[in-house]
Amino acid sequence: MTMNVFKTLKRFAAVLLFVPSLALAAGAAVHLDRAPVSTDPAALQHGAKLFVNYCMGCHSASFMRYNMMNSIGLTDQQIRDNLMFTGERVGDLMKISMRPSESKVWFGKAPPDLTLIARQRASGDGSGADWLYTYLRQFYRDDQRPTGWNNVVFANVGMPHVLWELQGEQVAKVTENADGTKSFELSLASPGTLSVEEFDKAVADLVSYLVWLGEPVAEKRKTIGVFVLLFLAGLFVLSYALKKNYWRDIH
Amino acid sequence: MSVDQKMDSSRRTLLFATSAVGGVAAVATAVPFVASLSPSARARAAGAPVEADISKLAPGELMTVEWRGKPVWVLRRTPEMLASLERTADKVSDPESAVPQQPPYATNAHRSINPEYMVMVGICTHLGCSPSSKVAAGAEGGMGADWAGGFFCPCHGSTFDLAGRVFKSMPAPTNLEVPPHKYLADTMLLIGDDGKA
Amino acid sequence: MTTKSQALVNWIDERFPLTSSIKGHLTEYYAPKNFNFWYFFGSLALLVLVIQIVTGIFLVMHYKPDGTLNSAGIPVAFASVEYIMREVPGGWLIRYLHSTGASAFFVVVYLHMFRGLLYGSYRKPRELIWIFGTLIFLVLMAEAFMGYLLPWGQMSFWGAQVIINLFSAIPLIGPDLALMIRGDYVIGDATLNRFFAFHVIAVPLILIGLVAAHIIALHEVGSNNPDGVEIKKKKDANGIPLDGIPFHPYYTVKDIVGVVGFLILFSAVVFFWPEGGGYFLEYNNFIPADPLTTPLHIAPVWYFTPFYSVLRAVTYPLFGIDAKFWGVVAMGASVVIIAFLPWLDRSPAKSIRYKGPIFKAALVVFIISFFILGYLGVLPPTPMRTLVAQICSVLYFAFFLLMPWYSKLDKCKPEPDRVNFK
Repeated sequence: MTMNVFKTLKRFAAVLLFVPSLALAAGAAVHLDRAPVSTDPAALQHGAKLFVNYCMGCHSASFMRYNMMNSIGLTDQQIRDNLMFTGERVGDLMKISMRPSESKVWFGKAPPDLTLIARQRASGDGSGADWLYTYLRQFYRDDQRPTGWNNVVFANVGMPHVLWELQGEQVAKVTENADGTKSFELSLASPGTLSVEEFDKAVADLVSYLVWLGEPVAEKRKTIGVFVLLFLAGLFVLSYALKKNYWRDIH
Repeated sequence: MSVDQKMDSSRRTLLFATSAVGGVAAVATAVPFVASLSPSARARAAGAPVEADISKLAPGELMTVEWRGKPVWVLRRTPEMLASLERTADKVSDPESAVPQQPPYATNAHRSINPEYMVMVGICTHLGCSPSSKVAAGAEGGMGADWAGGFFCPCHGSTFDLAGRVFKSMPAPTNLEVPPHKYLADTMLLIGDDGKA
Repeated sequence: MTTKSQALVNWIDERFPLTSSIKGHLTEYYAPKNFNFWYFFGSLALLVLVIQIVTGIFLVMHYKPDGTLNSAGIPVAFASVEYIMREVPGGWLIRYLHSTGASAFFVVVYLHMFRGLLYGSYRKPRELIWIFGTLIFLVLMAEAFMGYLLPWGQMSFWGAQVIINLFSAIPLIGPDLALMIRGDYVIGDATLNRFFAFHVIAVPLILIGLVAAHIIALHEVGSNNPDGVEIKKKKDANGIPLDGIPFHPYYTVKDIVGVVGFLILFSAVVFFWPEGGGYFLEYNNFIPADPLTTPLHIAPVWYFTPFYSVLRAVTYPLFGIDAKFWGVVAMGASVVIIAFLPWLDRSPAKSIRYKGPIFKAALVVFIISFFILGYLGVLPPTPMRTLVAQICSVLYFAFFLLMPWYSKLDKCKPEPDRVNFK
């Protein structure tokens, strides 16, 4: 009798496999490069440095305290010396002096808080890290834009290319496809202070930092998870043996 | 069908083992819940040490600094005030500061690092009210003619001398607490951190 | 037992039915001995309820239902959730347990309901248990919906916006009703505060009451089983059902195995996959609520999507009232109709094991339609998808509405007198 239920379930699973074809017309997916996300403290510290230097001019990380960076291997003194420029205390939140209401007037839209950016930008196309990694590397010159910059994955973005001195200037060859979408071919018009590989590495570190920023507890969570699962596996064996033992009586 | 009759030894062992491991799991589960009751990172950041500039403090003047949401008094004692401590020594219940209500560096007659400056948590050790300052000696403050200067708790009437020592037969059981502190410079105090903890 | 503790128990028993309750609900509550895998989900639902209540209490200690902006321009409610995730010791775990628990609740409850469907647990004399169960499901949906607003992210805000606007479809009173639910012209601080009150106090009270009624009713009539046999019909000389075994210790030890198995899967999600691929915690909900920008694609949380698809499938006006209203009616009906199952099923057999091929086929079609509806609910609509949703909605309702006929026509196998147990 149970066989019947299983057969039904199997048939049912077969039908389910066909359902995703309904989703095919979900719109052209953006191609995202896979971000080499690292949890290595050195990479995260480098990313932290890039973050406070290049991002925190306009973006806050207002859910984050400076001294939480202790967990990526930085001491309070290091944080104070290398990552803090104004007279905040090391236990302060990573806020910026720009007020959201003012920046809205200046930029049209307040630069978003970046604490959770890596979690916000996840989608069916890839992880938030993939999106950020692609986005930060695909700025190109566009004189039509007020900032002089445009972006492949974030068309008409309001943010200028803050890392341009590092990357150099890219130009895009845009070709219109038959279905109305555009294809971009980027090439480096003038090199920056970093080579392409160095720049990719720098962006990867920055993105790794943003991923860490999104959930600082993530690594600890996984470590605890391993112990929890091992423990529960042991408890499962014991409770199963106990059940078997009791149920010997039932005929 | 009583369970006890059928309780063979292997069943007993299994029952104990499962209960023990299950008990450990229950305790482990309680850990994050109990932990969540302790001060958060925000509370700890707000409770961080505070700096106090005492350069503008005139002799005999008292200033209040907020540390962990509590008043911390800094009193610049005049030589007369310091002299009064010798007179109150036999009237207070713990003249030698035997009860550890102060860090070792303040366990002395004047209960401070520098005799001139008294640094004290302004919270009565009885039930947590903040005593009012009656620093001036004499009858002026309504404390009686033989008042040598000190503090008076309005809640239950405990009185303290100018080193925060509680007078005998008062509701407060111990002297006022001296917070951990250190001098960053001659007239710059750091309250809440003495570099030793 | 020592005489002293026995004396204490006697003292209590004279004043409170302690021993008799333990006997009636545990040691002398006789459950059929042939429960299978599907019978774990009742006790698991109770476990998840406890998890949600305990984690909920601790979250309330730190959460702030406040829609106003803080100095960094972030809504206080949203910031307080991140505060729990980052600054409260252990807060991240408590929050993940609660957010994963919400999805786990529906997984377990859906499987529990499917069990009832498989083995005819709704049939006489268990109609009231089934009705209480349907009410629990309904209240649980309200609880989940209101809880989902509290993180005050983009999905919270716009999801609530859409669902509350459904009420405005009701003729005459609709617009005023929607206004009263919101307490403002848009979803705002007032809405957040009342949803918070409902989510943490009112609805849980109702839920606990209904769960108690569900269990009391169950223990009154006794459990069904995979063979659909009434074990109370065959009793031994002592009046104990021949196919029954005491719930404690036999089903306590068995349910513990189920609980540990569940906790393994649950912990795997909590510790390694808390976002559930964007289904348990939606990506857009990491963006603070912004009343001026709707995210490109909004969909309800996965456990609502089958019913949401039914809502969207209705695209024709009827009797001069627009389609929006009938969509709401259809969605409501798709939940309420479940309660009528005891009177729709006219099959001579209770359990799927003895039911005929028509019922089995109908059940398979129903479950497939339910899954397709759920899947379509997370996607933006296209004409093709709407058509599929319409077909599946019709199949969904046909399963219930045609049941009096097809269940009667069906060729059932004879039901046994005693349960199958190996």
